Amino acid sequence: MKIDFEQVTVPVPTPETEHFWSGCVAGELRLQQCDDCSDVYFPPRPFCPACGHRAVSIIRGSGKARLLSYVINHRPHPAFDSPYAIAVVELEEGVTMMANILNVSQTPEALILDMPLKVAFRSIRRGIVLPYFEPVGAGS
Amino acid sequence: MSAAKVAIVGAAETTELGRIPQTSQIQLHADAALNALADAGLTIKDIDGVATAGESPTAVAHYLGIAPNWVDGTAVGGCSFMLHVRHAVAAIESGLCKCVLITHGESGRSNVGRAGWASAPGSLAGQFESPFGGMGPTTMFTLPVLRFLKDTGTTLEQLASVAVMQRQWAALNPRATLKELTSVEAVLADRMIAYPFTKSQCCLVTDGGGALILVAAERAGDFPQAPVYILGSGESTETPMISQMQDLTRSRAFQMAGARAFETAGIQHSDVDHLMIYDAFAHLPLYGLEDLGFCGRGEAGAFIASGQTAPGGILPLNTNGGGLSYMHSGMYGMYALQESVRQVRGTAAAKVAGVEISVCHGVGGMFGASGTVVMSASKAR
Ligand SMILES: [Zn+2]
Repeated sequence: MKIDFEQVTVPVPTPETEHFWSGCVAGELRLQQCDDCSDVYFPPRPFCPACGHRAVSIIRGSGKARLLSYVINHRPHPAFDSPYAIAVVELEEGVTMMANILNVSQTPEALILDMPLKVAFRSIRRGIVLPYFEPVGAGS
Repeated sequence: MSAAKVAIVGAAETTELGRIPQTSQIQLHADAALNALADAGLTIKDIDGVATAGESPTAVAHYLGIAPNWVDGTAVGGCSFMLHVRHAVAAIESGLCKCVLITHGESGRSNVGRAGWASAPGSLAGQFESPFGGMGPTTMFTLPVLRFLKDTGTTLEQLASVAVMQRQWAALNPRATLKELTSVEAVLADRMIAYPFTKSQCCLVTDGGGALILVAAERAGDFPQAPVYILGSGESTETPMISQMQDLTRSRAFQMAGARAFETAGIQHSDVDHLMIYDAFAHLPLYGLEDLGFCGRGEAGAFIASGQTAPGGILPLNTNGGGLSYMHSGMYGMYALQESVRQVRGTAAAKVAGVEISVCHGVGGMFGASGTVVMSASKAR
């Protein structure tokens, strides 16, 4: 898929999410885990959403995921060549996140639910790196 | 046995629906409110409680000249009005106010005096969803459906049949925007918006409004229209981010709101004569039928495709034509409530015979929130 990174909506980190975005710059997919109940969760927050405990740790996710669901948008978008897929992936650690799937045709025939994926980081602006995903085996 | 404490005694939509560029959004609220007051035989001076979403209750009360004793500005999207009904029941029952006006108005097509909405770039949705090219509800609300189809064994044809069956109801409704009968083949061949959703499976974009007036059940017999009693209700929320649903194939908010509504009303599914399930997109009635317990897992697609919810079917569903065919201004919940009131009163255009119990189920945001209202022609059952 073709993405004009200059046109991609830029995420604005907050104090609670800064570790995730600096992790992307460092090539790490950073998640959080509760020190008490061990729940791994996303998106970031400084307490465990499963039990409310404030003591949590940043962990490095494996970057492995599967394709959970998607739509293929046919309307024009300034950053994307339509049609393009918007997906939700489930990480090996159990959390879900939205992503685009790179290095694969943006068609129902090529995008098979549950296909194995791996994270692929792309710099969209100076100092801002987004986590995308691509099929396992696809060249990054 | 449960006995209703509060009833709807006034209900109306805006004088016009569809394309109303000559009317601002706040005036759509007022037009619907004045029509509902006329329906109830009341004047603005009788109102002492105001609830609304999309505009602030302060703005609506001021515009209409109401000095309220109670306001509710709960704004959780298109089902906000279901929650307003529930909150109004509690407020009237506990004596906080006596006569509640709930208004909705939305210049969804013409955008006259309507504020825009977008995720702030520093919000969680702004950071973790917006960069990936979502373009509002057509690409976000629809995103879970492929997982639903796979996990439940539902087909694309069954999904398309939702639009087909609802058009059969719309064909009976002179106020419906789209009245031409359609077919599964035509729905699937329509212009692709966001695969697998074609245009026919996405809601309309129109202007309009509606209003409801609620009073204590004990005085509900003193009004011109047959009372529509609120037998039970439920509400819940799940997530503001579609990517963070607990399970893409089930709505936790639907399940919680629906279960509480049935429990407080003291009804079984077999008691329900008429059903409204907010349909911004064609998959929502499938989720609704399963999450509310009308159908088992994976059964909703075949249930709709076989005509059970169409005219003559055992469970009349979205009998105004729904958001797909009747109208959809953005926050559709008010129109679902209006159709439930009309069916219980026996005044609907596509009238279902002998409706004693109507269940009206709404969604807010994109599986973000939910509200369910059980209406009844009788005060107790
Ligand atoms: Zn915990």
